[in-house]
Amino acid sequence: MKVVIIDDELLARGIVKEYLKSYSEADLIAECSDGFEGIKAIQEYKPDLIFLDIQMPKINGFEMLELIENPPAVIFTTAFDEFAIKAFESNAVDYLLKPFSKERFDKAIQKYLHHADTTTSTQEVVETAAQSPTQQNRVVVKDGNKIKIIPINKIHYLEAADDYVKIITDEGSFLKKRTMNFFEESLSQYHFARVHRSYIANTQLITRIDPYEKEGHLLLLTTGAKIPVSKAGYMKLKEVLGI
Amino acid sequence: MLVQYIMLRQLNIDEVHAITDSMVSNILLAACSFFISNNMKYYLPRGEKYWYILVVSLMVSFLWMLAQHGILWLIFKEGDSYFSVIRNSWGIRFGAGFLLISSMSMFSLLWYSQQEQKETEQRNTETERLSKEAELFKLRQQLQPHFLFNSLNSISALTSSDPEKARHMIQQLSDFLRGTLRKNEQQWNTLEEELNHLQLYLDIEKVRFGQRLKTEIIYKDEALTLKIPALLLQPIVENAIKFGLYDTIGEVLIKLEATKEVNTLKIVVQNPFDPETSQPVKGTGFGLSSIQRRLFLLFARNGLLSTKKEGQYFITTVVIPQITGTQQPDTSSEKEQMADLISSEINSRIHDKINQTIKRKMK
Repeated sequence: MKVVIIDDELLARGIVKEYLKSYSEADLIAECSDGFEGIKAIQEYKPDLIFLDIQMPKINGFEMLELIENPPAVIFTTAFDEFAIKAFESNAVDYLLKPFSKERFDKAIQKYLHHADTTTSTQEVVETAAQSPTQQNRVVVKDGNKIKIIPINKIHYLEAADDYVKIITDEGSFLKKRTMNFFEESLSQYHFARVHRSYIANTQLITRIDPYEKEGHLLLLTTGAKIPVSKAGYMKLKEVLGI
Repeated sequence: MLVQYIMLRQLNIDEVHAITDSMVSNILLAACSFFISNNMKYYLPRGEKYWYILVVSLMVSFLWMLAQHGILWLIFKEGDSYFSVIRNSWGIRFGAGFLLISSMSMFSLLWYSQQEQKETEQRNTETERLSKEAELFKLRQQLQPHFLFNSLNSISALTSSDPEKARHMIQQLSDFLRGTLRKNEQQWNTLEEELNHLQLYLDIEKVRFGQRLKTEIIYKDEALTLKIPALLLQPIVENAIKFGLYDTIGEVLIKLEATKEVNTLKIVVQNPFDPETSQPVKGTGFGLSSIQRRLFLLFARNGLLSTKKEGQYFITTVVIPQITGTQQPDTSSEKEQMADLISSEINSRIHDKINQTIKRKMK
């Protein structure tokens, strides 16, 4: 059983390491102090189980998981994070609240050993957590081997692309495995509008709205991009812009 | 009474009649006034108050006239020649009575309205003061659970790897908590006291984050005696640490500089951040709103807290006006004892726990 510990605090990693000593089958292959190192270690060593802290520098534990294709089984460790705890409580994934006892730790390991397939519930947790306020004002994407954090005000527009959503920003476009509905919902509290089945536009960048074809319209952004607007999208846009 | 007596005497009325008449009418008048004034004490008319006074005064005056006639009739009996005088003077009597009664009721109305207004005002200021105090208390008290639980987790890790250090950290955490509890009761501290409290906090954070966290505190001795609202500094630095540590990777230097300026104490806290990935800060943003609210409640001024970005650095500036006589009298020692009691309780529980752990280890 290959194990990786990801936590930005040395002492917090230490306690997991110590508790793990009683499991001879557990093989601690890496300790990481942030999400970037975590991704690298997971890709390199393909661990069976990871211990993952939530609050970490740059990208949090959930965002790190979003960037991994087939994430391993996860036991979350966190001190106090209302949103994370809410996400866990509705799922089978186990989490340890710091500081935790050896007994509680053993329970989590047993749970993992008996229900080795926790991947689907991990996915659900990650999706629920994506609605948290800290994660809602940025999007974390992978750009080749690099990881990019996009603050939402740097997004020009989003375009549907099969199973992915294409995010067009100041620095080019990025793909994220999410649905348009997800973005429509999470961006609705900001200045974004779903103007078309396949498009969500940053309304602060609009310079012109022209009639286009029969019942449609065409948006022109300050960046020069042209975005089609459907009939329903036009109504929504009028609502957002207050016209 | 005397006036009426003299007037009746001038009209060639004999002494007995004049005295009796003036006494009866004036005592009755006094009773009426007392009745009206007392009535106003418990019931103050709203809205149409002038009509109310007019009607009431007319009614009371009329009753007064009737009572006067009745009583005088009982005293002098029918046939007394004096009755013609009474009958002839009813107009004057009524007029005078009405004037006196209405002015009496007018006066009562004004007096009691004013009294009531004063009371309401007093109540309002009292309510305002209480709610302000409650809010300030709440704002001071915000201890971050994240900090507490993570510190306890560090201690838990140290109990096996370095029990001596664990015990030391418990001491630090206890001192910090005790300071927080005690300072909750005080409004003002000297900068020196606040810096000491801050140091405890920084020592704990350094155990947690190890080499990553560096701090630099700059001040001149002249600034140490300046006054600062209790528990204001630590949340500002906590905010800077969080921002710095979670927004960047690698070593983080938190800089604090306190300077004495004309009638103010200026504190500048600086932390690194990543301008690429950070959201533009709305207002003062990032958890500083409660500090801003506190400063506003204390000084009734905005703009004492400001933030700016300079390249890779996020800078928070607080200006504390130095008002002479701001030192509040020490609040009840009872509360302080309570705070001590609670923190020593926490302290001893943690100690018990760690001793148990160590004992278990030694077995």
